[in-house]
Amino acid sequence: MSAATRPIANTRSAAGVPTGRLAVWWVVASEVVIFGGLLGSYLMHRLAHDQWSVQAANTNTWIGAFNTLVLLSSSLAAVLGHQAALRGDGPKAARQLYLTMLGGATFVVVKAFEWTHEIHEGFTITSNTFWSFYYTAAGLHALHVIGGVIIMAFVAAEAKKNLELHRVELIGIYWHFVDIVWIFLFPLLYIAK
Amino acid sequence: MADHAHSPSDAGHEGHDAHPHVNYWRVYWLLVGLLCVSVIGPMFGVKVVTIITAFGVAAYKAYLVAKNFMHVNLEKPFVTYLLLTVVVFMLLFFAGTAPDVMKREGTRWTKPEWVRAHEEALAHPPAPVTHGEHAPAAH
Repeated sequence: MSAATRPIANTRSAAGVPTGRLAVWWVVASEVVIFGGLLGSYLMHRLAHDQWSVQAANTNTWIGAFNTLVLLSSSLAAVLGHQAALRGDGPKAARQLYLTMLGGATFVVVKAFEWTHEIHEGFTITSNTFWSFYYTAAGLHALHVIGGVIIMAFVAAEAKKNLELHRVELIGIYWHFVDIVWIFLFPLLYIAK
Repeated sequence: MADHAHSPSDAGHEGHDAHPHVNYWRVYWLLVGLLCVSVIGPMFGVKVVTIITAFGVAAYKAYLVAKNFMHVNLEKPFVTYLLLTVVVFMLLFFAGTAPDVMKREGTRWTKPEWVRAHEEALAHPPAPVTHGEHAPAAH
């Protein structure tokens, strides 16, 4: 394939990094500010209010741990997909992305059951400030998971046909970031009691 | 978009052409092991152990994912600087606003209502909510 027919995101390079990947790093950087601001706010309120531990005691550590395991496993699948894409094996990369999507879907389904139970118990987003933070942070994260799964479906469909394999890495970088956010959310919301 | 098949060299890895020789499964099992530590550690009920096993381990897990899965270490250095810069912004935000949130009083200001509510909540912690009851308020 000639360079002229290759996508701009793959051929044009800004500061030595392909444009597409540079764009994803900028997205990640802006997401660090979004989640960092949210978690920083939570942390300062949590440290100032000892009584929040009473509320935090109602979150289920095992469900949080299970979802952490699910996201870590989905990250492994994403990076194995990247590895396959590097070898030019699009179908295998697509299969790994499907596994990653399965992980994301499992995460969201578990979260839905967890929230249903908590809301049924009377812990809603308006109950108090702890639960406001809980639903806002976990909800924003879950939206990122859902968004990632949707984008991944398009990337996998192309990868299956051995097209646009560079995108496997791009969606992978985003997905690993979503994983990292959860790695910090888990101890903040489920362990610090 | 292009409808051409990509060869491995087209995969867009100009920044780090050489494929990283990372045993991803090994990193994964290490992460799973650390997850177990972060769950078991706080069960001892010792604050220092909880902080180290929950938050220290979380920071290390994030480092492992960023290095081995995101390959940050193989990117151009400015990408790392970019990410570190936004982390510094986050810390500046925390340092700038935390005193107002966390302190009960400062120069020419106090939070008497906050102090009263705080002490009352500590003196009378809400009972755990049973099924069907409304959750207690704590601000």
